[in-house]
Amino acid sequence: MFSKQKITVIGIALLLAMFAAGCKKKAPPPPPPPPPRPADERPVPSNPNVGGPAPVIAQFTAEPTSIQRGQSSTLRWEISGNVTSVTIDQGIGAVQNVGSRRVFPSDSVTYTLTATGPGGNTTASAIVSVTSPMAPPPPNTGTGGAVPLDRRLETDLQDIYFDYDKTDIDGEARDTLNRDAQALKGILTDFPGSSIVLEGHCDERGSAEYNLGLGDRRASAAKDFLVQLGVPADRIKTISYGKERPQCGESTEACWQKNRRVHFSPGQ
Amino acid sequence: MKRLFWLAVGATGWLILSQAQDIGIDINRKGMRIPTIALPDFKGSGEAQAWMSAFNQTLASDVTSSGVVKVVPKTMYPLFVPQQPSDFGQAPVPNDNPRRRNEPPPPTSGGGRWMVDWSGPPANANYLASGYTAPQNGVLVLYGWLYDLSRANPAEAKVVEKRYLGSMDEAGARKVAHEFAADIVALFGGQSLFGTHIYFVSDRTGHKEIWQMDPDGKNQKQFTHYNSLTIEPAVSADGSKLTFTSYARGTPGIFVFSVDPVRDLRFYNQSASVNSSPSFSPDGKQIIYSSSSGKCCRIFLANLDGTGFHPISSLISIETEPKINPKTGREIVFSSGRSGPQQIYKMNMDGADMERLSDGTGEAANPAWHPDGQIIAYAWTRGYAAQQWNIFTMDVANKQYIQLTHGEGKNEQPNWAPDGRHLVFSSTRHGKYQIYSMLADGTQVQQLTTLGVNDRPVWGK
Repeated sequence: MFSKQKITVIGIALLLAMFAAGCKKKAPPPPPPPPPRPADERPVPSNPNVGGPAPVIAQFTAEPTSIQRGQSSTLRWEISGNVTSVTIDQGIGAVQNVGSRRVFPSDSVTYTLTATGPGGNTTASAIVSVTSPMAPPPPNTGTGGAVPLDRRLETDLQDIYFDYDKTDIDGEARDTLNRDAQALKGILTDFPGSSIVLEGHCDERGSAEYNLGLGDRRASAAKDFLVQLGVPADRIKTISYGKERPQCGESTEACWQKNRRVHFSPGQ
Repeated sequence: MKRLFWLAVGATGWLILSQAQDIGIDINRKGMRIPTIALPDFKGSGEAQAWMSAFNQTLASDVTSSGVVKVVPKTMYPLFVPQQPSDFGQAPVPNDNPRRRNEPPPPTSGGGRWMVDWSGPPANANYLASGYTAPQNGVLVLYGWLYDLSRANPAEAKVVEKRYLGSMDEAGARKVAHEFAADIVALFGGQSLFGTHIYFVSDRTGHKEIWQMDPDGKNQKQFTHYNSLTIEPAVSADGSKLTFTSYARGTPGIFVFSVDPVRDLRFYNQSASVNSSPSFSPDGKQIIYSSSSGKCCRIFLANLDGTGFHPISSLISIETEPKINPKTGREIVFSSGRSGPQQIYKMNMDGADMERLSDGTGEAANPAWHPDGQIIAYAWTRGYAAQQWNIFTMDVANKQYIQLTHGEGKNEQPNWAPDGRHLVFSSTRHGKYQIYSMLADGTQVQQLTTLGVNDRPVWGK
């Protein structure tokens, strides 16, 4: 123990001395010989492991991992390295190195894959959990309460659209927003305690930062308009997404028009 | 004697540099020939060989992208590469004595062993960088030499002779390569960017988050983990703090973080539906940003914790992307829609002396100050269709501008490296937005990211 420490200390001292000497120009210690030439002849990698390493299971998954009884799940596997045999239990047996298999378990089950090679065995497992089918939902009575808020917003309200770099609500947008105001009042009555978010969106022209502002102006212009028509201000919030969440991804005027909009979404 | 010589070289270099300052960012040193350098692949002895491809790639990338020297293509090199000074031989002095019959003619080339093999055709190099790596006591040691090929012999030609220590892994190999490259680049008046960081926005996790990477695109690491929409990073002048905009708390708000350790410094957001586009004052003690307080959007200035906020611009239009002059701290460039489509403006810290910098054509955005406080880089659609951005630089004093990219996809969001010679920007030239670096004259474009969509890069110390 003692001597080991001593050796280490001496070693470090020597090392330090070597590096310190290296800083001076006068007497650089001779560098170790450069690598032999031609160095293009790289040494062939030799494996110390007789028979090579055990096979590697690159993948063994079940998709989906959770199913209802009667549905299927797909097992996928991929084995690399030196492999002589691959087997999966639960009655599947020997399989290829790479493959997939649909399974129809009636109860939750764990599949175990065993890959055997000269280097040894490797195993991996995948679990499929099986649930009983859900009971059907109660019949829809058709009253407002049964349709969730986000569905109501989708069916009863229309997005309003804007001109390039504009936040004015005129023409078609004005008519749409008039209808939206009536529908919104009904929705807010049907969902007491809820709030609605007006999302301001923009096309891709202009910087992202500028569009964050433009989207905010569009959302608040729509809010002001709705409040004037009697929609309670404290039930409406605004958020600008600028050009971060476009509905349409192409660089065409048709696409840009679709993205210059105010959209309704449920509040938290 | 040697010292005197280097003093003289240093003084000349300083004179050249200070003159270059007067005419902006002169990458090419107009009127001066860029020195050429031969940079053959280095080899490693034993274990060290495993990391030499990473080493050679890093060394070549750093030296090439510096822009201060021109690397001679490898196909021009002689076959033999001297790995240490003793590998050089002396070219024979031609003598006039008539040759005797049957005597072979003297060799005309050393095959790489003579300095003239490198300085003469076809290589025509002014300098040669060579050396090798070796494992020593568990440490990766690089022996690096740079030879000035105009000198008489190898002993005199050594302008760099140094050893560099790194860990015995790929990271160690890259480290010694960066350090050796820094010494080479410094000799020609360049500044190594090794150790600086680029922050950017990436959606590779499925959410936009702030990420960071080295100037060569290596070591990409996720900085924020909000699983929200996190955008618009800006870094303080000393590199110690980061500010950005995130939807993590609902509406877009500003965050200020220390970088090391990564810690939320708690920026108080004034009540507004949008607080965004933050950046630091030159002293790092204030945040300038755009807020929709009242109505969208005015430029505000606040303390580092968000207190003491007050508007600078009046409410005319959407005004955003404010950047304070890093040198004077007395003026702000920003983008605004006050005259129609988005353009770039300048004003004083009190909002006075408003002036439009871009000429009103197209759309102009993303202003970024050069560290010298005289030039800005920005994105402009001038001369192209809507949304076809290119990178420009402009001398703020006389509004003279230079176009750096020319329609290879959209090119946006330029930001200067701390050395003031490089720019980082985002481009769609190969499909989705990715991050690229280039020299400030538009050459040496390098792609730095590939995974997911990446944009809004900022370069910090």
